[in-house]
Amino acid sequence: MPRSESKRLSMSGVSLNKLYADEPEFGDYFALLKPRVMSLVVFTAIAGVLAAPGSVHPFIAFVSIVFIALGGGASGALNMWYDADIDSLMSRTKSRPVPTGKISANAAKEFGIVLSAISVVMLGLASNWLAASLLAFTIFFYVIIYTIWLKRSTPQNIVIGGAAGAFPPIIGWAVVTGNVGFESILMFALIFIWTPPHFWSLALFMKSDYDIAKVPMLTVTNGRRSTRNHIFVYSILLAFVALSIGFSSLSGPIYLVVALILNMQLVFAAFKLWSRSESDCMADNSLLERKFFKFSLLYLFLHFGAIIVEAKTNIVWMTV
Amino acid sequence: MSFGREHDLHKRRKGKNLSLGLVLIGFVAIMFGLTVVKVTEGQFAEALAGVSRSE
Repeated sequence: MPRSESKRLSMSGVSLNKLYADEPEFGDYFALLKPRVMSLVVFTAIAGVLAAPGSVHPFIAFVSIVFIALGGGASGALNMWYDADIDSLMSRTKSRPVPTGKISANAAKEFGIVLSAISVVMLGLASNWLAASLLAFTIFFYVIIYTIWLKRSTPQNIVIGGAAGAFPPIIGWAVVTGNVGFESILMFALIFIWTPPHFWSLALFMKSDYDIAKVPMLTVTNGRRSTRNHIFVYSILLAFVALSIGFSSLSGPIYLVVALILNMQLVFAAFKLWSRSESDCMADNSLLERKFFKFSLLYLFLHFGAIIVEAKTNIVWMTV
Repeated sequence: MSFGREHDLHKRRKGKNLSLGLVLIGFVAIMFGLTVVKVTEGQFAEALAGVSRSE
């Protein structure tokens, strides 16, 4: 045991506990990867792999998904490094490892850079360099274009920045085919158009968070009425994109039924959000806004679930 | 004050080291598995020869 360590161990138990209470644990580093965002990345990348024409060795597919997820996690860590100042101001983010002081912002940056390099190189070695380049571009887009540039400068931050979260199915597709197909762009479009109304509904019920942090979300710059208008328009666009997929090779009867039901619900829910006043919103503590946010998560999950089911059904048909 | 070896601090560090160990073992397993798959699929030989099978 090093001398300095034994000296520290001879201190009183109380001060030792205090001294090491803030020592980061494994879970803190895992939290830097934004596991909930990573689960979306994994799920949509799996959809890209399974829906792509052609085949890839199952182990290569598995490893590719792991490193796509790791790349997504690395960009999350870099986001937490750059946003440490505003994360500490917002109730939704102030318990993250950097604002709580468990991990320093610099350590998060180094962690993110190392994981980005590992994930891109390993994806290139496991599958192909187009997929690796797309992953590198995704990390670049999320960290440089969205986090550093757009997030603090324009209310369109989430519209353009949402592209970063939409890349995983394209990367999954590229792992199998070595190129970017039209169908993978449709999956990209689905997530791209889904992202703004999802986050705007969050901004509607996290009322003061973005104000305090001075992040120019639409609710802050254009007001809540305008945000409701935007959610309604984007929901109609989203329904159009989702139903368009119904006429592509990604689709089949299961997808069509799922998409029809979910998109009718989406447009109806967006209409209810649009038509309600702020006093209604205050009266029920943003109940509909919270419901819309939760529904939008289920919406995306079920669409990609249906794409996966259709892809698996096609595989079964082809092998019979 | 005496400081037992199984202080909470040691437990936490043990947990962290164990988790990191598992991650490293996983990474080694992935590298090994990838090597096996690439060699058995012939991609490794193609890469060494600098040509693809289609050429």
